[in-house]
Amino acid sequence: MNGFDEEQIGRLLRLLPPAPEGWVRAAQELPAARAALDELVARAEQDAAFRLQLRADLERAVAAAGYEPSPFIVSRLRQLLEAV
Amino acid sequence: MAVEQTDAQLVSRCRAGDPDAWNEFVERFSRYVYAICSRGFRLAEPDAEDVFQEVFARAFERLSELRSDDAVRPWLAQLTRRLCIDRLRLSARDMPSDAEPDEREADDVLATLDDAMTVRAALDKVGDPCREILDRFFCRDESYRTIGDLLDIPAGTIASRISRCLDKVRSELDGRNRGSGPS
Repeated sequence: MNGFDEEQIGRLLRLLPPAPEGWVRAAQELPAARAALDELVARAEQDAAFRLQLRADLERAVAAAGYEPSPFIVSRLRQLLEAV
Repeated sequence: MAVEQTDAQLVSRCRAGDPDAWNEFVERFSRYVYAICSRGFRLAEPDAEDVFQEVFARAFERLSELRSDDAVRPWLAQLTRRLCIDRLRLSARDMPSDAEPDEREADDVLATLDDAMTVRAALDKVGDPCREILDRFFCRDESYRTIGDLLDIPAGTIASRISRCLDKVRSELDGRNRGSGPS
Protein backbone atom coordinates (compact mmCIF):
# COMPACT_ATOMS: atom_id res chain seq x y z
CA MET A 1 0.00 0.00 0.00
CA ASN A 2 1.27 3.46 -0.81
CA GLY A 3 1.07 6.52 1.42
CA PHE A 4 -2.44 7.68 2.21
CA ASP A 5 -3.19 11.25 3.15
CA GLU A 6 -5.27 12.12 6.20
CA GLU A 7 -8.49 12.36 4.23
CA GLN A 8 -8.03 8.89 2.76
CA ILE A 9 -7.18 7.49 6.19
CA GLY A 10 -10.42 8.89 7.59
CA ARG A 11 -12.42 7.54 4.67
CA LEU A 12 -10.91 4.07 5.08
CA LEU A 13 -11.53 4.03 8.82
CA ARG A 14 -15.21 4.77 8.15
CA LEU A 15 -15.45 1.52 6.20
CA LEU A 16 -14.87 -0.55 9.33
CA PRO A 17 -17.62 0.16 11.85
CA PRO A 18 -17.83 -2.26 14.77
CA ALA A 19 -19.78 -5.46 14.21
CA PRO A 20 -22.89 -5.83 16.39
CA GLU A 21 -21.83 -6.62 19.95
CA GLY A 22 -23.98 -9.74 20.16
CA TRP A 23 -22.36 -11.21 17.07
CA VAL A 24 -18.89 -10.60 18.45
CA ARG A 25 -19.79 -12.10 21.82
CA ALA A 26 -21.27 -15.22 20.20
CA ALA A 27 -18.10 -15.70 18.14
CA GLN A 28 -15.95 -15.24 21.23
CA GLU A 29 -17.91 -17.97 23.00
CA LEU A 30 -17.02 -20.54 20.34
CA PRO A 31 -14.36 -22.33 22.42
CA ALA A 32 -16.95 -23.00 25.16
CA ALA A 33 -19.49 -24.04 22.53
CA ARG A 34 -16.94 -26.41 21.03
CA ALA A 35 -16.37 -28.05 24.41
CA ALA A 36 -20.14 -28.44 24.87
CA LEU A 37 -20.44 -29.92 21.40
CA ASP A 38 -17.77 -32.52 22.18
CA GLU A 39 -19.66 -33.54 25.30
CA LEU A 40 -22.96 -33.79 23.42
CA VAL A 41 -21.37 -35.87 20.67
CA ALA A 42 -19.80 -38.21 23.21
CA ARG A 43 -23.16 -38.66 24.91
CA ALA A 44 -24.94 -39.24 21.61
CA GLU A 45 -22.45 -41.93 20.70
CA GLN A 46 -23.09 -43.80 23.93
CA ASP A 47 -26.80 -43.18 24.43
CA ALA A 48 -29.24 -44.40 21.76
CA ALA A 49 -32.23 -42.76 23.47
CA PHE A 50 -30.45 -39.40 23.41
CA ARG A 51 -29.68 -39.88 19.73
CA LEU A 52 -33.38 -40.41 19.07
CA GLN A 53 -34.22 -37.26 21.03
CA LEU A 54 -31.71 -35.30 18.97
CA ARG A 55 -33.20 -36.56 15.75
CA ALA A 56 -36.74 -35.79 16.89
CA ASP A 57 -36.11 -32.24 18.10
CA LEU A 58 -32.49 -31.24 18.14
CA GLU A 59 -32.77 -27.87 19.83
CA ARG A 60 -35.05 -29.14 22.57
CA ALA A 61 -32.83 -32.17 23.22
CA VAL A 62 -29.75 -29.95 23.50
CA ALA A 63 -31.51 -27.62 25.91
CA ALA A 64 -32.89 -30.55 27.93
CA ALA A 65 -29.35 -31.87 28.25
CA GLY A 66 -28.41 -28.59 29.92
CA TYR A 67 -26.67 -26.85 27.01
CA GLU A 68 -27.42 -23.64 25.17
CA PRO A 69 -28.61 -24.61 21.67
CA SER A 70 -26.43 -21.99 19.97
CA PRO A 71 -26.39 -21.82 16.15
CA PHE A 72 -22.89 -23.32 16.18
CA ILE A 73 -23.89 -26.35 18.28
CA VAL A 74 -27.13 -26.90 16.39
CA SER A 75 -25.56 -26.66 12.93
CA ARG A 76 -22.62 -28.91 13.78
CA LEU A 77 -24.82 -31.53 15.49
CA ARG A 78 -27.18 -31.51 12.52
CA GLN A 79 -24.26 -32.11 10.18
CA LEU A 80 -23.03 -35.00 12.33
CA LEU A 81 -26.48 -36.60 12.55
CA GLU A 82 -26.97 -36.33 8.80
CA ALA A 83 -23.60 -37.96 8.23
CA VAL A 84 -24.44 -40.98 10.42
CA MET B 1 0.30 1.03 26.55
CA ALA B 2 0.05 -2.62 25.55
CA VAL B 3 2.25 -3.65 22.66
CA GLU B 4 0.10 -4.51 19.67
CA GLN B 5 0.79 -8.02 18.42
CA THR B 6 1.13 -8.97 14.79
CA ASP B 7 -1.51 -11.17 13.20
CA ALA B 8 0.98 -14.05 13.16
CA GLN B 9 1.71 -13.70 16.88
CA LEU B 10 -1.99 -13.65 17.66
CA VAL B 11 -2.68 -16.75 15.55
CA SER B 12 0.21 -18.52 17.24
CA ARG B 13 -1.29 -17.76 20.67
CA CYS B 14 -4.69 -19.06 19.50
CA ARG B 15 -3.08 -22.29 18.37
CA ALA B 16 -1.32 -22.64 21.71
CA GLY B 17 -4.70 -22.49 23.45
CA ASP B 18 -4.19 -19.13 25.15
CA PRO B 19 -7.70 -18.43 26.53
CA ASP B 20 -7.52 -14.68 25.83
CA ALA B 21 -6.14 -15.02 22.32
CA TRP B 22 -9.37 -16.14 20.68
CA ASN B 23 -11.23 -13.16 22.13
CA GLU B 24 -8.57 -10.85 20.71
CA PHE B 25 -8.70 -12.67 17.38
CA VAL B 26 -12.47 -12.13 17.09
CA GLU B 27 -12.08 -8.54 18.27
CA ARG B 28 -9.39 -7.83 15.68
CA PHE B 29 -11.12 -9.34 12.66
CA SER B 30 -14.82 -8.88 13.46
CA ARG B 31 -15.04 -5.50 11.71
CA TYR B 32 -13.34 -6.91 8.62
CA VAL B 33 -15.63 -9.93 8.32
CA TYR B 34 -18.67 -7.78 9.05
CA ALA B 35 -17.67 -5.23 6.41
CA ILE B 36 -17.11 -7.91 3.76
CA CYS B 37 -20.59 -9.31 4.44
CA SER B 38 -22.40 -6.00 4.63
CA ARG B 39 -20.42 -3.72 2.28
CA GLY B 40 -18.75 -6.17 -0.07
CA PHE B 41 -21.72 -8.43 -0.69
CA ARG B 42 -24.54 -6.33 0.81
CA LEU B 43 -26.04 -9.28 2.63
CA ALA B 44 -29.23 -8.68 4.56
CA GLU B 45 -28.66 -8.52 8.32
CA PRO B 46 -29.81 -12.10 9.18
CA ASP B 47 -27.73 -13.57 6.34
CA ALA B 48 -24.73 -11.45 7.34
CA GLU B 49 -25.02 -12.71 10.90
CA ASP B 50 -25.15 -16.35 9.77
CA VAL B 51 -22.10 -15.89 7.55
CA PHE B 52 -20.26 -13.96 10.27
CA GLN B 53 -20.77 -16.79 12.78
CA GLU B 54 -19.88 -19.46 10.26
CA VAL B 55 -16.65 -17.67 9.32
CA PHE B 56 -15.48 -17.59 12.92
CA ALA B 57 -16.66 -21.16 13.56
CA ARG B 58 -14.61 -22.40 10.61
CA ALA B 59 -11.68 -20.22 11.56
CA PHE B 60 -11.75 -21.68 15.06
CA GLU B 61 -11.89 -25.23 13.73
CA ARG B 62 -9.34 -24.80 10.96
CA LEU B 63 -6.81 -22.35 12.28
CA SER B 64 -4.32 -25.19 12.49
CA GLU B 65 -4.63 -25.72 8.72
CA LEU B 66 -3.40 -22.21 7.96
CA ARG B 67 -0.14 -22.57 6.06
CA SER B 68 1.31 -19.26 7.15
CA ASP B 69 0.21 -17.41 10.27
CA ASP B 70 0.94 -14.15 8.44
CA ALA B 71 -1.72 -15.01 5.87
CA VAL B 72 -4.65 -15.05 8.26
CA ARG B 73 -6.22 -11.85 6.91
CA PRO B 74 -6.43 -12.96 3.25
CA TRP B 75 -7.48 -16.42 4.44
CA LEU B 76 -10.38 -14.95 6.39
CA ALA B 77 -11.28 -12.69 3.47
CA GLN B 78 -11.47 -15.64 1.08
CA LEU B 79 -13.43 -17.72 3.55
CA THR B 80 -15.92 -14.89 4.07
CA ARG B 81 -16.13 -14.20 0.35
CA ARG B 82 -16.90 -17.84 -0.43
CA LEU B 83 -19.57 -18.10 2.25
CA CYS B 84 -21.19 -14.83 1.12
CA ILE B 85 -21.37 -16.07 -2.47
CA ASP B 86 -22.82 -19.39 -1.32
CA ARG B 87 -25.43 -17.53 0.69
CA LEU B 88 -26.37 -15.25 -2.19
CA ARG B 89 -26.65 -18.19 -4.59
CA LEU B 90 -28.88 -19.99 -2.13
CA SER B 91 -31.11 -16.91 -1.90
CA ALA B 92 -31.19 -16.60 -5.68
CA ARG B 93 -32.28 -20.23 -5.95
CA ASP B 94 -35.12 -19.63 -3.50
CA MET B 95 -36.07 -16.33 -5.12
CA PRO B 96 -35.00 -16.41 -8.79
CA SER B 97 -35.58 -12.68 -9.21
CA ASP B 98 -32.51 -12.00 -7.08
CA ALA B 99 -29.51 -11.15 -9.21
CA GLU B 100 -26.37 -13.27 -9.09
CA PRO B 101 -23.67 -11.75 -6.90
CA ASP B 102 -21.44 -9.29 -8.72
CA GLU B 103 -18.14 -10.86 -7.71
CA ARG B 104 -15.96 -8.33 -9.50
CA GLU B 105 -17.59 -5.40 -7.78
CA ALA B 106 -17.33 -7.23 -4.46
CA ASP B 107 -13.65 -7.93 -5.06
CA ASP B 108 -13.02 -4.22 -5.62
CA VAL B 109 -14.65 -3.51 -2.26
CA LEU B 110 -12.59 -6.29 -0.65
CA ALA B 111 -9.38 -4.69 -1.91
CA THR B 112 -10.43 -1.38 -0.36
CA LEU B 113 -11.36 -3.12 2.89
CA ASP B 114 -7.91 -4.69 2.94
CA ASP B 115 -6.44 -1.18 2.81
CA ALA B 116 -8.85 -0.19 5.56
CA MET B 117 -7.57 -3.05 7.73
CA THR B 118 -4.00 -1.89 7.16
CA VAL B 119 -4.99 1.58 8.34
CA ARG B 120 -6.83 0.05 11.27
CA ALA B 121 -3.72 -1.92 12.24
CA ALA B 122 -1.70 1.31 12.14
CA LEU B 123 -4.31 2.97 14.36
CA ASP B 124 -4.08 0.07 16.83
CA LYS B 125 -0.32 0.54 16.86
CA VAL B 126 -0.70 4.26 17.60
CA GLY B 127 -2.98 3.26 20.48
CA ASP B 128 -5.10 5.37 22.82
CA PRO B 129 -6.21 8.11 23.10
CA CYS B 130 -5.95 8.48 19.30
CA ARG B 131 -7.46 5.07 18.70
CA GLU B 132 -10.51 5.90 20.75
CA ILE B 133 -10.97 9.39 19.33
CA LEU B 134 -10.66 8.32 15.70
CA ASP B 135 -12.74 5.20 16.25
CA ARG B 136 -15.54 7.19 17.81
CA PHE B 137 -15.46 9.89 15.14
CA PHE B 138 -14.98 7.86 11.96
CA CYS B 139 -16.22 4.36 12.78
CA ARG B 140 -19.03 5.11 15.24
CA ASP B 141 -20.00 8.44 13.67
CA GLU B 142 -20.13 10.24 17.02
CA SER B 143 -20.26 14.04 17.20
CA TYR B 144 -17.53 16.27 18.67
CA ARG B 145 -19.83 16.95 21.61
CA THR B 146 -20.47 13.25 22.32
CA ILE B 147 -16.78 12.42 22.08
CA GLY B 148 -15.88 15.38 24.27
CA ASP B 149 -18.43 14.39 26.90
CA LEU B 150 -17.42 10.71 26.91
CA LEU B 151 -13.69 11.34 27.03
CA ASP B 152 -13.88 14.47 29.17
CA ILE B 153 -12.18 16.58 26.53
CA PRO B 154 -13.34 20.10 25.53
CA ALA B 155 -15.46 19.65 22.38
CA GLY B 156 -13.69 22.63 20.78
CA THR B 157 -10.39 20.75 20.77
CA ILE B 158 -11.68 17.53 19.18
CA ALA B 159 -11.11 18.66 15.58
CA SER B 160 -7.45 19.50 16.23
CA ARG B 161 -6.96 16.24 18.12
CA ILE B 162 -8.45 14.29 15.21
CA SER B 163 -6.08 16.09 12.84
CA ARG B 164 -3.04 15.30 15.02
CA CYS B 165 -4.12 11.68 15.42
CA LEU B 166 -4.59 11.25 11.66
CA ASP B 167 -1.09 12.61 11.24
CA LYS B 168 0.22 10.01 13.69
CA VAL B 169 -1.53 7.21 11.80
CA ARG B 170 -0.07 8.50 8.54
CA SER B 171 3.42 8.53 10.08
CA GLU B 172 2.90 4.98 11.35
CA LEU B 173 1.84 3.87 7.86
CA ASP B 174 4.80 5.66 6.30
CA GLY B 175 7.10 3.92 8.78
CA ARG B 176 5.65 0.56 7.81
CA ASN B 177 6.16 1.27 4.13
CA ARG B 178 9.77 2.30 4.70
CA GLY B 179 10.32 -0.74 6.92
CA SER B 180 8.89 -3.20 4.42
CA GLY B 181 11.47 -2.23 1.77
CA PRO B 182 11.46 -3.32 -1.85
CA SER B 183 9.74 -6.62 -2.58
